[in-house]
Formats: sequence, C-alpha cells, structure tokens
Amino acid sequence: MRLFLPALLFAGAAFAAPVSVTLPGDMGAYPELGQGAPAADAINNNCLGCHSAEMVLTQPRLTPAEWQAEVAKMRNVFKAPVDPADDAAIVAWAVEWSKRLPAE
Amino acid sequence: MIARRHLLGLGLAAVAASARAQTVDLRLPGGPSQRPLSDGYPGKRGMIVQRTAPPLLETPLGAFDTGVITPNDRFFVRWHWPFPTEIDPAAWQLRVDGAVERPQIFSLAALAKLPQNEIVAVNQCAGNARGLFEPRIAGAQWGQGAWGNARWRGVALRHVLDAAGVKAGAVAVRFGGADLPPLEGAPAFLKSLGVDHARDGEVMIATHMNGEPLPLLNGLPLRLVVPGWYSTYWVKMLDRIEVLTAPDDNFWMAKAYLIPDTPGGSVAPGMATFPKRPIGVMVPRALITSIADGDRLPWRERLTLRGIAMGGDAGVARVEVSSDGGNVWRDATLGVDIGRYSFRRFEAALAPVRGSMVLRVRATNANGVVQPLAPIWNPSGYMRGEAETCQVEFV
Ligand code: HEC
Repeated sequence: MRLFLPALLFAGAAFAAPVSVTLPGDMGAYPELGQGAPAADAINNNCLGCHSAEMVLTQPRLTPAEWQAEVAKMRNVFKAPVDPADDAAIVAWAVEWSKRLPAE
Repeated sequence: MIARRHLLGLGLAAVAASARAQTVDLRLPGGPSQRPLSDGYPGKRGMIVQRTAPPLLETPLGAFDTGVITPNDRFFVRWHWPFPTEIDPAAWQLRVDGAVERPQIFSLAALAKLPQNEIVAVNQCAGNARGLFEPRIAGAQWGQGAWGNARWRGVALRHVLDAAGVKAGAVAVRFGGADLPPLEGAPAFLKSLGVDHARDGEVMIATHMNGEPLPLLNGLPLRLVVPGWYSTYWVKMLDRIEVLTAPDDNFWMAKAYLIPDTPGGSVAPGMATFPKRPIGVMVPRALITSIADGDRLPWRERLTLRGIAMGGDAGVARVEVSSDGGNVWRDATLGVDIGRYSFRRFEAALAPVRGSMVLRVRATNANGVVQPLAPIWNPSGYMRGEAETCQVEFV
C-alpha cells in the first residue's frame, strides 16, 4: 500500500523537490536454534509480514503463555493471517529463544 | 543474533562490518541488551537500531549531552506500520472533513499562506525506557533514547479547523497519516484529541524541525505537534483530519495507549484490571547525560554532572541531585529557559568518592509535580517517570 505520487503534476510549485529514500534492508530470517531445537519455519512463515524479526528477538524473556498471547494478538488485533495450527510451533521457537537469554 | 544483521539495502560489506562492530549495551535488566548502531538510515547517523522494519531508531545518550535541542540527524524514529519512502511535497494533500461546514483539501502551498509560528517542544514516546521496567514488559524495548527536543515550525491546527468550520456538537478531532497496515482489516494508525484541545492554538501542523523540512523518517511533509503530550499523538505524514461527533473508538485510542487512571499512571506490578484512560500529558523527567549508568571512571576530586530535564506540560521549576541513592538532595543549577515544553539543562558539582556511587536526579515542574522515587509500573510500560538512578564507579 505504498503511496505513489506522480511528480510531474505539480511541477513549478514553490515546494521542495520530491524526496526519495532507501532504507537499509531488514535483518532477514529468524535464526535456526540448532540440533534438537524447535525449527524456525513456522515463525519465519508467519512473523515477518509486518515487522522485522527484532520485534521478537529484542523481547525480554516471556513465558509460553505470554508468547501465545502475542501470537493471538497478532492474529486478532493486527489481522495477521496465522493459522492456529501453526501456533504451537511458533510459540515453541519463541520459548526456546527466550530460554537462551542471559539470566537476570 | 545482532551479528547476523546485514544491510541488504546498501550491499556494502565494509558498511555491514562497521555496523556489526559498533553496538551499544542498553543495560536492560535480564536482556537482551545489545543493539547495533547504524549510520545507514537516510538523514540519520549513529542511531541505535531497535527494529529495522518499520524502523525503530533510538537516540544514544551522548546526543543529549551536547545541548537542549536534539539535532535532526540524531532524533529518534518510531513507526507502527510501513510508510512511503517517496514523498512529493508539491503533490501532498491534507484532507479535513467529518463534522465541518466546508470540507477542505490543503496543499502545502495553501498551508504556507496561513499564519506560521514556532514552538520548542519535547517529543517523547509513551514507551520511552520501557526496557528498564521491572518486571519487564513486551513491546518496543527502548532504553532512555525514545525522546528528543526540537524547534517546530508550522501552522496552528486551529487555523486549519477554522477554515473548515467545526460544526456544533463536535467532540474530537482524529488524525491519520500515510503509514498504513500491509494487510486488509488491520487497524490504521489513527489518533484523536478533544475538540477544545485541538483548537487551543498551540497544537501545530509542523512542516519544519530545527529550521529544516522534517526528515522523512520523522514524518515529512507534515506532522502534528502536541506540546506537552506524548508522541503517540504527533501523527506523522499527516494527510487526513476528521472531526468526530462521538468519542473515537478506533483501536489506537480505545484499546492501545491506555494507562491506569491512577496518579502517575502506576499500579502494582502484575496488576491487569483497573480503570483506564488514554495516555495524555507527559510527566516531568530528568536524566543525567554526562555519565551513563554503569560507567567506570577515573576518580577525580570534582566532577560536574550535566543533564536534561523536562516538565511535561509545564516548565521545569527545579532539578535536584542526590549522590547517596536518594537520601540527601541538593539543588542543581538550571540552564536557560527556552520554553515550557522544552528540555532544560541542569548542572551540579559532585565530589566523587572512590568506589561505587548511586546518583539520582529528580525534576519538579512549574505546577509542583515532583518525580516520585518509587518505580512507576503499568502493564504497557508507559509513562516512566520515577527519579532515574545512575550507578557509577570511580576507580
Ligand atoms: C499483520 C501484521 C503483523 C504480523 C503478520 C505480525 N505482527 Fe507482530 N506486531 C504487529 C504490530 C502492528 C505490532 C506493534 C508494532 C509497534 O508497536 O511498532 C506488533 C508487535 C509485536 C510484538 C511486540 C509486542 C506487542 O504486542 O506490541 C511482538 C512480540 C510481535 N509483534 C510478535 C509477532 C509474532 C510472534 C508474529 C507471528 C505470529 C507477528 N508478530 C506477526 C503486526 C504484526
């Protein structure tokens, strides 16, 4: 839903030229956490559509219930098209991520 | 985690390497606390990257130590949804409709013909320093840099509303920008103010920030400026204003950005049910900027502490400093007053002792509101306002 503003229409107006910027790329995919750890597929398929992965990776240690509530909030409030069948795999990855944060 | 970050947009290995090398530790309790620093964002340098897309960029402490005005290239950046990366100011349209006599579409040229004025005001995210709350809270994990102070120039919102003629019975005015959800049905970022507040002559539609057009990342070409109120109301890339005849029930007013209806917006940690109200006026705050929490410094006989303070919706009347964790307080010297909504500098002489010192600082505003010593907590991590602590070790 990017706005496209044709530059020619208002040529001659007393305003600055169009401004166009390039943003740095985002950080990419959620990392795999290694052998035996929950796979990152589900979180990669569902949780990169509206924000980059830091939104998840910078969170403090959250409980499984708190991670589940975040997934539900993304679906219910922000209309993320997350199949409830994927919830368990997303939450498992996030909980494993949380576990690896340094202890307080 | 952070080391994986690569700057695809630039595609320069050298830039990526230096971005990786430079990180900052925000000392968030329990972590994760390391964040990359980046020069890669247009019109910005040395910013703490909280999130690459949509960007959440935080101002490092050092940028607040150089003066009361935060330079545009260090000013924090905060978006909820993706936004256009191309703006043609000459083609911009600001619609004003809803409960008005004469719906309007303003070009920037038309806005420029209305009376212009300037105001210096602090723009602070409701969640500034959320990452320091304990217990911790989900959300953007800001340290102390989701705020800044600028000289804003533009036209009073009142003139724009008067041109449209607000109808009798209007109760609120709602603002929207060009940042839009990528998915159908998701709530666009809309915020509203009471109609009397919107017409108070102070709320501004700004085109300029510190003498320059707004940086694109701070809302080019128009952003609302709501002096004394949290940044959530300062809608960026403003392109529509709607006058409402009933209170705004959109998600971002009715469900998000709510605080406990208690003094200072605080409840006992963990509490979830209590009367709520939309966040509004900022509370006073002061922050030491010449030393960072956790610094180890060579001992010396005397040291001048410097910092910034703000009063919220009133000027800064007093700043006090404690060097014993908050028992004994001494007045700091205040710098020049450049407006009630601005940051104000303070300075205080300190006689360091060898070893650890717990410095605290608190501001009092012109209405007599004093920063509390006890931590503020609410389940969204808004409105941090307690007297800040800065632990420093002199060796
Ligand atoms: C439809 C868009 C969308 C998708 C898809 C999405 N999110 Fe979000 N998410 C948001 C928005 C909007 C916010 C608030 C952003 C802000 O404050 O800048 C957010 C914020 C968050 C936060 C911060 C805490 C909070 O509640 O504000 C977390 C954690 C999060 N998302 C996790 C996820 C996870 C996990 C997924 C995958 C299940 C996901 N998101 C997918 C839109 C989305």
